[in-house]
Amino acid sequence: MSSHGTQVKEPLIRMVKRDSISQNKAWGIRAAAFILSLVTGGIVILLLGHNPFSVYVSMVKGAWGSRTVIYETVKLAVPLLITAIGISFAFKMKFWNIGGEGQILVGAVAAGAFGLFTAHIFPKLPLVILMMLASIVAGGLYGLLPAVCKAKWGTNETLFTLMLNYIALAFIKYLMNGPWKAEGSSFPKIGMLTPGARLTKVLGVHWGWILALILVVVAYIYFNKTKQGYEIAVVGESTNTARYAGINVGRVFRRTMFLSGALCGLVGMLQFAGADYTITEGTAGGVGFTAITVAWLAKMNPFGMLVVSVFIAMLERGANAIQTQFKIPASASDLLIGIILFFMLGCEFFISYKLIGRGKEEHHA
Amino acid sequence: MSVAAEYAVKMHHVTKTFGKVVANKDVNLELKTGEILALLGENGSGKTTLMNMLSGIYFPDHGEIYVKGKEVTIRSPKDSFALGIGMIHQHFKLVDVLTAAENIVLGMKGKATVNRKEINRQVSLLAEKYGFEVDPSKKIYNMSVSEKQTVEILKVLYKGADILILDEPTAVLTPQETERLFAVLRNMKADGKSIIIITHKLNEVMAISDRVAILRKGEYIGSVITAETDQAQLTEMMVGRPISLEIERPAVERGEKRLQVIDLTCLNGDGVKALDNVSFDAYAGEILGVAGIAGSGQKELCEIIAGLYPSIGGSVLYSGEHDGVAVKERILGLKPDEIVKKGISMAFVPEDRLGMGLVAGMDMTDNVMLRSYKSAKGIFVDRKTPRELAEKLIDELEIVTPGVDTPVGRLSGGNVQKVLLGREIACQPSVLIVAYPVRGLDINSSYRIYDLLNEQKKKGVAVIFIGEDLDVLMQLSDRIMVLCGGKVSGIVDPRQVTKEEIGLMMIHTGEEMENKEVTA
Repeated sequence: MSSHGTQVKEPLIRMVKRDSISQNKAWGIRAAAFILSLVTGGIVILLLGHNPFSVYVSMVKGAWGSRTVIYETVKLAVPLLITAIGISFAFKMKFWNIGGEGQILVGAVAAGAFGLFTAHIFPKLPLVILMMLASIVAGGLYGLLPAVCKAKWGTNETLFTLMLNYIALAFIKYLMNGPWKAEGSSFPKIGMLTPGARLTKVLGVHWGWILALILVVVAYIYFNKTKQGYEIAVVGESTNTARYAGINVGRVFRRTMFLSGALCGLVGMLQFAGADYTITEGTAGGVGFTAITVAWLAKMNPFGMLVVSVFIAMLERGANAIQTQFKIPASASDLLIGIILFFMLGCEFFISYKLIGRGKEEHHA
Repeated sequence: MSVAAEYAVKMHHVTKTFGKVVANKDVNLELKTGEILALLGENGSGKTTLMNMLSGIYFPDHGEIYVKGKEVTIRSPKDSFALGIGMIHQHFKLVDVLTAAENIVLGMKGKATVNRKEINRQVSLLAEKYGFEVDPSKKIYNMSVSEKQTVEILKVLYKGADILILDEPTAVLTPQETERLFAVLRNMKADGKSIIIITHKLNEVMAISDRVAILRKGEYIGSVITAETDQAQLTEMMVGRPISLEIERPAVERGEKRLQVIDLTCLNGDGVKALDNVSFDAYAGEILGVAGIAGSGQKELCEIIAGLYPSIGGSVLYSGEHDGVAVKERILGLKPDEIVKKGISMAFVPEDRLGMGLVAGMDMTDNVMLRSYKSAKGIFVDRKTPRELAEKLIDELEIVTPGVDTPVGRLSGGNVQKVLLGREIACQPSVLIVAYPVRGLDINSSYRIYDLLNEQKKKGVAVIFIGEDLDVLMQLSDRIMVLCGGKVSGIVDPRQVTKEEIGLMMIHTGEEMENKEVTA
């Protein structure tokens, strides 16, 4: 090739879409991004006047250091994982369900309706089954509503699901202050689930974690091996193609959003009966939003979501630990999590694109 | 430099790659001042990419560009304008709600206020000079495709371009409109403008150009003086080997009446009639061609029959047989899956291949099973049978793909079409509707598609062929229905009419003209 190219002014950096990238290289980029995020976070820690290494070590210890903290980490990961699986149902069909929060809350309320008021009637097993079914149906219906409206009138599901979050939240506030207010409490709060009705612990954590692992496998099979999973994928790629193939797009919207909402609702029940034993405004606690990050980072692969949700739970536990140990303010430890997630999401750009600087030529093998 | 002003544009050793794909490899191109150069090549041969480097949309990886004798760097469309280069793209870039004149001055530097009268006058003058017919105060959304194209050309002329590039300008025009465009181009040439016209239609190359430059698979093959060559030589340069341009029309005895369409009427998105009392019959063992300017109701017609678009009146009757039992059904209003349930095998190759017929992000297996996945028993999909079918299609239709697991969106246009048509034919249709099946395909693939359609015709399938190239329609079809503004302006025997007669039918049916005058 001639060297004429150098005379001509080229743009400084050009973006070129990669054709394909080997798995090794992709993981290399991710590893590099992770290390860079630690370095950047380390600078922040240094600026705060701490030793980055000991802070990072105590973050890991704070998440995995002892049996108790491991239980806590798993307890954080379970709702994140199931919610991520739930919203990935919708996301796979490019239906932007950002209403995970609301669906979790209505699931918790539905479970609470049985857990708080019928615990004296039913024995534990039927009660737990009732709570599960109630939360699934409630979450499912709460997810179904935007799907019905979208299928019928083409409403925007993003706004719709987002707004439903606030309605669910306000409803819980209403319950706390009124009908469900704990007896004898001067403070607006909902009563506690009686110990006899709480979810059984398996290896130290309520059995939700086993359910989560089963759901990972089931979701994987559903997405990849079933007709319904195939329909979701076709609708997600192009509703026109779906109609052409004789798929009832509205029905797929409704069915899938019901499932999506139902899984989120189930999380509400697990949080209520397995972790918090009561319902507060914080029952969902941002899980519905964090789960979006989980689903995207895992590229909608349930096994990936397992890894990512454990990772994020670890970061959150670790951030808690350094707050108490180093007196690092909560805002700063959240900043650390933000930096790490920013790099992890940002590196996906470098996996799909590469940058070519001025004067560098592309070589063809 | 000795080149001075003899050459308006010179491109030397220009290379452009996209990932692993080499779109242009070491291409040399020269445009003399005041000539019309036809840039000829099959689809995917890199014509548009090459021109996009002149108009500042892409930046070459290697090579130099000289404009009017000086080496230049074109980094943006702005640089390109500054050099006097104007490109008229295949897809128009106009603002619908503005008038012609407003679009023409859009983006020009000047005062904050616009003197519409003055602009309209200038535009009219410019149009007159070159023989355009245009009403400067007409809104774009009221314009026909050919009028819009006129505005695009005026836009670049108004900005002072003296090097014009037209990307497949005749693809959307009727024969008469093409003739008018060519007259304008000749006027511009007489005025000293240098023009490059991108095309793959040989008769147009012969009619309009002074010289022809040929690209094949991204490489520059050579250039010839139009007066010293013929279509056969050009084809050979373009394809790489001699090829017969005859399209076969096998004689098949016409079978029973398969589809009877009666008074079909429908509305488009704006509530205007897209189809107006359309009636015709389609027979087994026949190819019924449908001609018309783009947007005359072809899309709606196909989609209504296939069960994808609502109608407001009329009926569609089907008669055929399924497993030896006669099937007679009214199919209007049935959804695609309901049509299948009636025992009717209707194949449809839509215009939008990757947006409707196929799923671009899915592999061949998943695409092949799009129409048949429901027939598997139980809740799981069966990927084994479609996979075998996909492999068979690759074999039989010579589909070029790394494998059945490659997303079909990555395949070239011709191969995408083979996947789609192959799948539709595999379901053994009794009616086959194909919309613009060879659009964007190279000559080889196009002829393979014609052969496949003829095979279906011989098998007794009723084929409805929506086409845009009148030459092809006239050679392939047994009958041609001409649509104009959603109405049938006639059904003719292609052996007994001329191209010009069909062209006239495409632009008016007797009564439609009167209506137009009232609304205008």
